Amino acid sequence: MAATTVPDNTTKRHAGRASGPAGGAARTGLGRKVRHNLQAHGFLIGAVLCFLMFSWYPMVREFIMSFQEKKRGVTTWVGFKNLDRVYHDPYFWTAWKNTAEFTGYALVIGFAVPFVVAIVLNEMRHAQAYLRILVYLPVMLPPVAGVLLFKYFYNPDYGLFNHVLKFFHLPTSQWLDSSHTAMISVVIAATWMNMGAATLIYLAALQNIPGELYEAADLDGAGLLGKIWHVTIPQTRMVLSLMLLLQIVATMQEFTNVFLLTKGGPQNSTMTVVYMVYQYAFNYNNFGSAAALGLFLLLVLIVFSGLYTRLSRNAD
Amino acid sequence: MATYSPQNRTLISSATLSRRKGKILYRTVLTVVLVLFTLVFLGPLYWMVTGGLKSASEVVANPPTYFPKHPKPGNYHTAWSDFTIPRLLFNTLYYAFGALLFQLIFDVAAAYAISKLRPIFGKLILGGMLATLMIPAAVLVVPQYMTVLDLPVLHVNLIGTPWAIWLPTVANGFNIFLLKRFFDSIPEDLMHAAAIDGAGPLRTLWSIVLPMSRPILGVVSIFAVVNVWKDFLWPMLVEPDPKKQPINIGINSLSQGIPENVIIAGLAIASVPTLLIFLLFQRNIMSGLTAGSLKG
Repeated sequence: MAATTVPDNTTKRHAGRASGPAGGAARTGLGRKVRHNLQAHGFLIGAVLCFLMFSWYPMVREFIMSFQEKKRGVTTWVGFKNLDRVYHDPYFWTAWKNTAEFTGYALVIGFAVPFVVAIVLNEMRHAQAYLRILVYLPVMLPPVAGVLLFKYFYNPDYGLFNHVLKFFHLPTSQWLDSSHTAMISVVIAATWMNMGAATLIYLAALQNIPGELYEAADLDGAGLLGKIWHVTIPQTRMVLSLMLLLQIVATMQEFTNVFLLTKGGPQNSTMTVVYMVYQYAFNYNNFGSAAALGLFLLLVLIVFSGLYTRLSRNAD
Repeated sequence: MATYSPQNRTLISSATLSRRKGKILYRTVLTVVLVLFTLVFLGPLYWMVTGGLKSASEVVANPPTYFPKHPKPGNYHTAWSDFTIPRLLFNTLYYAFGALLFQLIFDVAAAYAISKLRPIFGKLILGGMLATLMIPAAVLVVPQYMTVLDLPVLHVNLIGTPWAIWLPTVANGFNIFLLKRFFDSIPEDLMHAAAIDGAGPLRTLWSIVLPMSRPILGVVSIFAVVNVWKDFLWPMLVEPDPKKQPINIGINSLSQGIPENVIIAGLAIASVPTLLIFLLFQRNIMSGLTAGSLKG
């Protein structure tokens, strides 16, 4: 590691030295300051260039592209044409409805389930380490493995899920093949793969609740649900609301599961906004419209990530 | 875990559990939880490993079989060569450790400069880096792709090169945040002492700051590797050639025309490395998760 940082650093140091003596004895303080700053910026330069190239500049470019069109290699300013086009895309509202639906399901399932699981795990006096590893195991799978495995389970003819339903004499489902159940199927797969992280975070929060509060609640004659409602939830309120916002931001950017499981279908029932951005850019080669749609998404998501930042600052 | 004092008691007190009725109830719940969790979280993995052993007709049999009738370990061999797994694994490791190296060098140096050297505009740069955390990654994919296609000023096309994966991972505001927060906690006196002993900033970083920062470097490293391993959309876009794809994308792009049982065997093989990483480093991964995740 040192070997790679050295060249970069020494050139700056020489530059600093050169400017130091040149300033004369009266300005050694200034010279030292200049040298120190050059040195420090030498340490910064690698990361700053990467941020500039792959984060700051693309951010600006996102805005510029939204108002430009590229035809036969010639880029022209087109004003609000792109924004107008995506807004009047027949699937614009479908994509938003689906994204909202995905987020809604993901919150009902993906938000509540890990919390309940964490509460149950926290009560276990045995095998807690084993259970924790189990819950987190799917998080570590490469997404392609988890997703394609679920695709296999969802198969209406030979899939495991319909077999289990039949075993319990429950009605079977078309899962991913029906526009009614495709979205919820995607959410179930996503929840299985991702709930481990949320569960462990909740578990850590639960373990920070002072035991005296439960003792006091016991003395007041609170029941199990009473204790959850009056002690557990208020005590974990901050973590819960942060995770809620984090999950909204993450689920509204859903792409991988949809891409691998349904490609937006059947009948566009799983077409999310990000999937539509992808289609505009990489299927229709219309980068201007893709950027314009991304701008809509940014406007919505920035509200939630802004709230998150505010809240987490207060938490500190 | 075994002893419960009032300070670390939970919803249900140990006294309740030591009563006869409580004991029975607890045992029942524990058993149900153990069975249910094992089925839900290990079941699919079992189905994957055994599915990879089934024959092409057995894997799509209705009703499915719980044990492979005539196990065919050969499927794994076929998957190994049909999916060019050695190459995909090599690509993944190459991308993951390259990304790790660049993140460690550049992000550690930057966080150190911001935290300890405090140059002019340091605060501003830090603000700019942290602000990127507010921008959803999915929104940036398109302009990032355009940038990689034709780098500004340099006019180089990075598509199909490892740089397209390595360099963007350095622009990770969360790394900067974690590292800077950790470096802030290193006492200023140590820095002064080092300066008095004649150590320059690089020497101080190398001999004082880094040895003290092992826990946070561990967290950053693990996430750097795991993120590359799990990323999907970006590597799919910038590495269109299946020969250069990491395993997560390669398996999907090569799965056309490969029979289901071999695909499943391929998935099982692809899952082994990350599961191994997890089982080896589970303590670090889990504590890193809870330490860092909520303070973004």
